[in-house]
Amino acid sequence: MNKHFLGDTAVLLGRSLRHISRSPDTIITTAVMPIAFLLLFVYVFGGAIQTGTDSYVNYLLPGILLITIASGISYTAFRLFLDMQGGIFERFQSMPIARPAVLWAHVLTSLVANVISLVVVVLVALAMGFRSGAGVLAWLAVGGILILFTLALTWIAVIPGLSAKSVDGASAFSYPLIFLPFVSSAFVPTDTMPGPVRAFAEHQPVTSIVNAIRDLFTEQPVGADIWTALAWCVGILVVAYVFATVSYRRRIS
Amino acid sequence: MLAAMSIPATTSQGQRPAIHVQGLEKSYKELRVLRGVDLAVARGSIFALLGSNGAGKTTVVKILSTLLRADAGTALVNGFDVATQAAEVRESVSLTGQFAAVDEILSGRENLVLIARLRHLRDPGVIADDLLRRFSLTEAGARRVATYSGGMRRRLDIAMSLIGNPPVIFLDEPTTGLDPEARIEVWQAVRELAEGGTTVLLTTQYLDEAEQLADQIAILHEGRIIVDGTLDELKRLLPPAEVEYVEKQPTLEDVFLTLVGARADKEQR
Repeated sequence: MNKHFLGDTAVLLGRSLRHISRSPDTIITTAVMPIAFLLLFVYVFGGAIQTGTDSYVNYLLPGILLITIASGISYTAFRLFLDMQGGIFERFQSMPIARPAVLWAHVLTSLVANVISLVVVVLVALAMGFRSGAGVLAWLAVGGILILFTLALTWIAVIPGLSAKSVDGASAFSYPLIFLPFVSSAFVPTDTMPGPVRAFAEHQPVTSIVNAIRDLFTEQPVGADIWTALAWCVGILVVAYVFATVSYRRRIS
Repeated sequence: MLAAMSIPATTSQGQRPAIHVQGLEKSYKELRVLRGVDLAVARGSIFALLGSNGAGKTTVVKILSTLLRADAGTALVNGFDVATQAAEVRESVSLTGQFAAVDEILSGRENLVLIARLRHLRDPGVIADDLLRRFSLTEAGARRVATYSGGMRRRLDIAMSLIGNPPVIFLDEPTTGLDPEARIEVWQAVRELAEGGTTVLLTTQYLDEAEQLADQIAILHEGRIIVDGTLDELKRLLPPAEVEYVEKQPTLEDVFLTLVGARADKEQR
């Protein structure tokens, strides 16, 4: 590891954060779709959905938070793609900087941007009647899971950002990620789903993460879900990181 | 200019060429772009690499700036091997690519500060202000680069390349897409660089650009350097002036097109 890694990452992070602060629309558009889902499901469909809880917004929020992250990370692919297109990426590569810093700056930017979007979505949910008696530790645990999930999906986003041929290609990969929560316990309990769908829903990563966050919010014992959730997040993170690093090496050699 | 910016880091290297390339080969799958390129660039000189589109000029520059690996051959830049001493080469060079490598969302000054920080220099702000002055961008310094004209962008791009005072600078088609006035501004900047002792390797498809700027000119054609010399040496390759009603010296354009054998295919502009 290059001795300038931390310093270079910090400088490049400052650059990307400046991009975000100058186009805050990326954070707004990231938050708009999850908020629209929140409104739609709570005020339109929610009355007809039987979840066994008295507040549908309480039930729904964990899944909405994951959708927020899934839509936010496409901007990482987008920004990375733009850097590759312009000459600035080559300029960085031809300079004596720590090369991984270029990627890490984008990843950390994604983290910052997603945290802001998540806070916005939580504030909207609070305004819509979301309430949780969760203590500081439970909130920290929720924050930790969401950060881990953001990192995992961001490293997935790095791959198309590095290898896409067009802007559309760079961000289109996130659509399946946005819709994954629909086939999970995020919107409705999985036990009303027909067999194969239910089997998929119960064994895909979103369900365990949603259940873990929901239990933390409602002060229930989290049980095995949290370990399954953490295993999924770490697993996706590691695999995506390896693939992203390989495609980065291929790109710069 | 500050003293710290104008010391050419070349003195210790003696008279060895700043860039020395031998037998460079590179293929993209089936396509053999470079088939044994040899060239030597003297320190503090301006060297123009001429060639048609797709001749491989950019490939040469990318290999020399460690962005691409050659398939065969050796390339020394500032005495360092691009294959085995990439980090040292990156300390010695600066690349201004074909498309202005500037950050559109940042201001001109922020772009310069960014590069100065990434080169781990002291007083990035002072360096930035200094370069803005030198490239007549002081007034535009606080504006976002997205609002700059093509010439201003190119000037900023070159200014960014000068940060850290690298002894060797690569300019890949520095004036492509610029209007004549902006071209002259860029030429002026390149001349000043060379006067300060920096070695400049520029690629161009504009023959008058090479004629105006370069101490030495090489023509890259079908993956090889087919001629290499000063403008006068190149001109001597053709029969001297024919005496008709008026005396007509062969221009570099004549030399180039005859050597490349493309005269018949070329339409008169």
